[in-house]
Amino acid sequence: MPDLSGMRFSESHEWVKRDGETAIVGITEYAQSQLGDVIYLELPTVGQQLDAGGRLGVIESVKAASDLYSPVGGEVADINQELKDHPEYVNQDPYGKGWIIKLRAIKDNPKLLDQKAYDDFVKGKSPS
Amino acid sequence: MTAERTPLYDEHVRLGAQITNFGGWLMPLQYTSIREEHRAVREAVGLFDLSHMGEIRLKDDAAAQRLLTRDLTPLRTGRVQYALLCNDDGGINDDVLVYAVPEGGYLLVVNAGNQDSDFDWIRSHTPDGAVFNVGREWALIGVQGPGAVALVQRVTSSALGGVKYYAFIEGRVADVACLISRTGYTGEDGFELFCGNDDAGRLWRALLEEGQADGIRPAGLGARDTLRLEAGMRLYGNDMDDKTNPLEAGLEWTLSLDKDFIGRDAIVEARQRGLDRRLVGLKMLDRNIPRHGYRVLRDGQPVGVVSSGNVSFTLGYNIAMAYVLPALTEPQTRLDIDVRGRASPAEVVSLPFYKRPHPK
Repeated sequence: MPDLSGMRFSESHEWVKRDGETAIVGITEYAQSQLGDVIYLELPTVGQQLDAGGRLGVIESVKAASDLYSPVGGEVADINQELKDHPEYVNQDPYGKGWIIKLRAIKDNPKLLDQKAYDDFVKGKSPS
Repeated sequence: MTAERTPLYDEHVRLGAQITNFGGWLMPLQYTSIREEHRAVREAVGLFDLSHMGEIRLKDDAAAQRLLTRDLTPLRTGRVQYALLCNDDGGINDDVLVYAVPEGGYLLVVNAGNQDSDFDWIRSHTPDGAVFNVGREWALIGVQGPGAVALVQRVTSSALGGVKYYAFIEGRVADVACLISRTGYTGEDGFELFCGNDDAGRLWRALLEEGQADGIRPAGLGARDTLRLEAGMRLYGNDMDDKTNPLEAGLEWTLSLDKDFIGRDAIVEARQRGLDRRLVGLKMLDRNIPRHGYRVLRDGQPVGVVSSGNVSFTLGYNIAMAYVLPALTEPQTRLDIDVRGRASPAEVVSLPFYKRPHPK
């Protein structure tokens, strides 16, 4: 089980982890399992400004194209170039090498959930 | 209406499948990963539950000739052919496999979501007592991939070498009475095994167990879709419907225009008038994924629409089938796909996208 401490989560199933002045963003285990095999990501360019809750990009799985939202506001500092050739990393390791972008000049988002609240949120959605 | 379950539903749940409603049936979308299931079928063996498909027993030869687009006279007992059921306007009601069965007449294998409407349509053109809707009495299991024939041969005493592509025999597989059909919807060699509902679980488990040595994987509808797309096989509801003329869909080879069948005159008339659109294969020249309903552009102007599209795991690029203006169907014609408001480059390629290396 990956270390999720220090991560916070959006109701649109992205995670964010602060690391000093920057923040790393990805999608959750629940999101990747719902999407199925990820085959392509359409991502912003470095330097672009994103709003908290604003559209970050598009994630394409075999099943469908889905919008990604930025859990916090900020300026895109880096994108995970490895995903170009290995989009499956998002499925295999969504909290690790499947990270999606890094942001700087963070504008925080008080609406984000901690791990327990997010787990409860996901449980409330699942059919069983 | 509540969704129907195949006799293998519990097997899918036990295997951890993600279940989806397809044509009114609760079916496995994937067990672990569409990518891995796709690869297993191309490189080893995949096992499919196809029990949602409909089967219609049609015992009247004259009605069959009138309903089906393709001449049945040359279809010998034990052989299968692909044909269409058309409406009076020449639109496609369904695409079907026609089995010439030893008892006489035909068994039609039809799409799950169409089985009841097909049955009503056929019954309305057939003398009383000559057509039976038997889809819910039959299970159907697909065994597909380069290792499929050897696997099935190990669990049957029937000699499968003599069962040519698009032929079938009756026999026992894993001690289950089956109709053993060398057909498929994946572009690979293999069999489709029809058996009674009560035997389906036993046959499924026996094949999964025996297939361990071959690298068998259960494969869901997700992989079935990416496999059939690579093989250039049309999907009813996506690539054709009751408004599609078979000539537009590139299915002229299924038409015996020198016989009389329902829809024939409308099809001939459409050909004389000239077609408005034709189905083509498209290869994406960038990484964007074409999807059903996306517009096809030429110099910024709409010239067609994508009917099916996805990644091709086998080829390593993205592919689509699309309906475009007939003047734009030559291979290497450059077109664009409107992906979320941006033009993504594509080029026309001939179908199928993928052909297995050593066809039998």
